[in-house]
Amino acid sequence: MEVRQDLKYTQEHEWIRVDGKKAVIGISEFAQDQLGDIVFVELPEVGSQVDQGSPFGVVESVKTVSDLYAPAGGKVISANKDLETNPEMINNAPYEGGWIVEIELSNEKDLESLLDADAYNEQCKNEME
Amino acid sequence: MAQETSSSLKTTPLIDIHKEYRGKLVPFAGWKMPIQFQGVIKEHQCVRDGVGIFDVSHMGEIEIQGPSAKSLIQKLITNDIDSIQDNQALYTLMCLENGGVVDDLLVHRFSEDDYFLCVNAANTEKDLQWILKNSGSFDATIRNNSQDTSQLALQGKHSEALLQKLCDASLSEIRYYHFKKAKIHNFTGIIARTGYTGEDGFEIYLDGGDAEIVLRAILEVGKEFNLQPIGLGARDTLRMEMGYALYGNEINEESKPLEAGLGWVIKLDKQDFIGQAALRKQKDMGSSRKLIGVRLLDRGVPRPHYRVLKNGTLIGELTSGTFSPSLNTGIGLCYVSPEYAEPGTKLEVEIRKLSVPAEVVKLPFIPTRVKKD
Repeated sequence: MEVRQDLKYTQEHEWIRVDGKKAVIGISEFAQDQLGDIVFVELPEVGSQVDQGSPFGVVESVKTVSDLYAPAGGKVISANKDLETNPEMINNAPYEGGWIVEIELSNEKDLESLLDADAYNEQCKNEME
Repeated sequence: MAQETSSSLKTTPLIDIHKEYRGKLVPFAGWKMPIQFQGVIKEHQCVRDGVGIFDVSHMGEIEIQGPSAKSLIQKLITNDIDSIQDNQALYTLMCLENGGVVDDLLVHRFSEDDYFLCVNAANTEKDLQWILKNSGSFDATIRNNSQDTSQLALQGKHSEALLQKLCDASLSEIRYYHFKKAKIHNFTGIIARTGYTGEDGFEIYLDGGDAEIVLRAILEVGKEFNLQPIGLGARDTLRMEMGYALYGNEINEESKPLEAGLGWVIKLDKQDFIGQAALRKQKDMGSSRKLIGVRLLDRGVPRPHYRVLKNGTLIGELTSGTFSPSLNTGIGLCYVSPEYAEPGTKLEVEIRKLSVPAEVVKLPFIPTRVKKD
């Protein structure tokens, strides 16, 4: 299960890729594998505010509904509209074409509480039993 | 009810194979069962387009034998046991005195005095107690064979060609809802042309001790047909597309089976059976609700218990709901007043406070392809 070294992670399996003041958010390879076939994604409005640790959207697989939690707070500057027609992109390329939103960080300090790749990898292993 | 902790869960003799095929194992009705292998959508399409195999060994098997076996079954079930001959199966309900549903099941007749029932896993013990309780004056032996019996469901259009390669009996002679005792890979089993997917196929009953060898042989022969193991996730999406009732969702001890569209398995004019008077009364009074198929007209996935609205007014809640891989849209089942039951009626399904447009569609959602004569 791929865990990318250049990303930070939440315990709820979102990843965040920071580039200056902007950051892209998605869910991990582990998360998409646990959910199974993703068939629906509910995206936040561009321009809306997301708060760290709060739900900002929903992914649904055939079997389950799962909230998306913001790894960091900020304003949504872009949402991946392709997911509306091709939600399976999250299964196929969770770190690339399956990205979910891009935000403008409101507080870079939010990033300090996130997991690095090694810590996140450890968590996934524990969850696998 | 036993807690579903992993230590107390029962396992089928096929669990090693599930692990080899990387099945995701979850607690289901007291059993550790594979919910998916490659993914629900792929598995679903595998059954619709070719052939797939399910381990359904969690299902219960109850044997009823003896001089009064037939009259006992006739008293217990709503369908007419006299309508089948040897080597035939019958879909039926078992009802309470008040017409509520104890279980839905298949009755298989070996002979006048020898039958076995295939019942829902979660209901096996309850059914057994119900049958025993009502068997007092009957000369019949009732035995729960569930622990020693494994069941495989081979479903999809290539089922017959595949299974024929391992089987000494001529499968083309087994008609829909008929069965035969035969050898599969040299192990004796019962092969019934039944299923829960809407596709042609077989349900195969085996001694638990033989099941692993037989399944391995089926998977090996199945390679040329691209046979895949299928989990319970796809079993649910497949049955949903057919509008088949699931015990615990559409029917339970409180539901009225006539409202569920199951009138065709309730033979009010046969001999006395448990629930007859109540069901006759329900029929005479007419149904106040009807089970309908609902199809979303916009994106979203309906789930059980989601509210169904008509112009903003609550008219029911979904008993089942899922994403239909064949239709690429959300589908659900729901009891509503007959005035909303006409196909084409526009409704809304409430998904996280949002009203998603939907319409009533005729069941099944997609045409069945079972091998009817």
